[in-house]
Amino acid sequence: MADSPELVTRRRRGRPRVSTWAPPIALLALIVGIAYVANALLGKRAFLLPRPDQVFAVYVSPKNGPAIFESLLHTTEVALVGLAIAIALGVLWAIAMNTAKWVERTTLPYAIILQSIPILAVVPLIGFWFGYDFVARVIVCVLIALFPMTSNTLFGLQSVDRSHKELFRLQGASRWTVLTKLELPTALPAIFAGARISAGLSVVGAIVGDFFFQRGTPGIGALISKFGARLQSPELFASILVASLFGVVVYLFFQWLGRRAVGKWYDFG
Amino acid sequence: MPTATATATATLLDFSDVQMTFPDGTVALSGIDLTVKRGEFVTVVGPSGCGKSTLLRIASGLETASHGSVELATDRIGYVFQDATLLPWRSVQSNVELLAELHGTPKADRLAKAKEAIDLVGLTGFEKHLPRALSGGMRMRTSLARSLTLDPEIFLFDEPFGALDEITRERLNDELLRLFAEKQFAGLFITHSVSEAVYLSTKVIVMSGRPGKIVDTFEVPFAMPRDPEIRFTGEFAGLVGKVSHALREGHH
Repeated sequence: MADSPELVTRRRRGRPRVSTWAPPIALLALIVGIAYVANALLGKRAFLLPRPDQVFAVYVSPKNGPAIFESLLHTTEVALVGLAIAIALGVLWAIAMNTAKWVERTTLPYAIILQSIPILAVVPLIGFWFGYDFVARVIVCVLIALFPMTSNTLFGLQSVDRSHKELFRLQGASRWTVLTKLELPTALPAIFAGARISAGLSVVGAIVGDFFFQRGTPGIGALISKFGARLQSPELFASILVASLFGVVVYLFFQWLGRRAVGKWYDFG
Repeated sequence: MPTATATATATLLDFSDVQMTFPDGTVALSGIDLTVKRGEFVTVVGPSGCGKSTLLRIASGLETASHGSVELATDRIGYVFQDATLLPWRSVQSNVELLAELHGTPKADRLAKAKEAIDLVGLTGFEKHLPRALSGGMRMRTSLARSLTLDPEIFLFDEPFGALDEITRERLNDELLRLFAEKQFAGLFITHSVSEAVYLSTKVIVMSGRPGKIVDTFEVPFAMPRDPEIRFTGEFAGLVGKVSHALREGHH
């Protein structure tokens, strides 16, 4: 064959360059510096903004250090269980809507309502119904994290090319074959994008749950509200920082997972 | 799967007085009589929107004609879409295996068929590549290979090379002629390029637009297999001219 195959070189994600990571690190250093200066300037009211080293000391202190990491573990548990349920429910719901038009017509309005209700308004009711324990905290996560999963999956399933569908139709493929070999693979990037958003929201849900439902083994949210009430500012800052880092880690994990799963054929952002 | 195998010069596709009216009242096709026999390569040329693609969609069963009869004497149909319609998450190998997979062909058979088809279109060595790493021409070859695994008795082509550059298109035309000579399938090819139509076909059908009607039919006298140089002969140019005139008249 005379055709000289011209290959399109694939864009590769190389190592992050200095220009990528240096500026945010510099900004972080600046913020730490400003914290020291502000702490000094605040004088008697220095408790409003503890020195970074005071905050760091909390992590290694024998009393509060282990407590913070232990409650982070409880929060993680709630967030992950909630997320797993939200992903499963969201994907199944979207598949049902994509398979049967009447399911979409009947339930999609409620998905949108779910998205628009202020979740904090419903939280007391959840405690009222399900107790003020683990289950209630998980339900808060699911309520917050469900919508992005459903809407992303549905969008993904519905973005299948017409010609791809016809390709399968011409071979007489069954509904199940079309779902598993065409629609779900096409929807995967959208599903992972949804999971990344839902994961972050699930962490929010777990912490909100901690604020309201403090029976059993509440997580980092309970500690945050306790330290806040007692004006223990280094401990408060230490807990907030850990909770924030946890959210970032979860987001990055799902980003990585998405790239692992579909990055070969899709530019997963 | 039951397979109707037709005899040497049998009619594989027969349209008689076919009309297609869409729900919005648009008459896409009207009074279409058309046959494709084994060993024939029929090309339909016509202006954009004249319903030539609808013709193929009816032939393949994707649409049902609103009037007239359509008979297809085989269920081994190859359908080549306007774009390559490869699944982006599947490698060349796995894309080529897809149709056999959908028919539940055992793994070993699938592999053997895919290997043969990939070899036929000259993509050996690219089995592991994903579609995004291929040029437009190579994607179209992969698409062709995928249809070849069905061992079709009739091939339906819906402007398959329309999006390719001229050189790639000419190469793929030559490839297609070679495959046609080797595999002895029947072809129904849609294009808006008159020279492509004359070069590939044994018969060229000219359609007019809105509603799509057949305005003229030309037998192409050049023997198969065709020498690519034939495109530069006066005879070829003369026939291209005639078809172009018919196309232009049908357009008014």
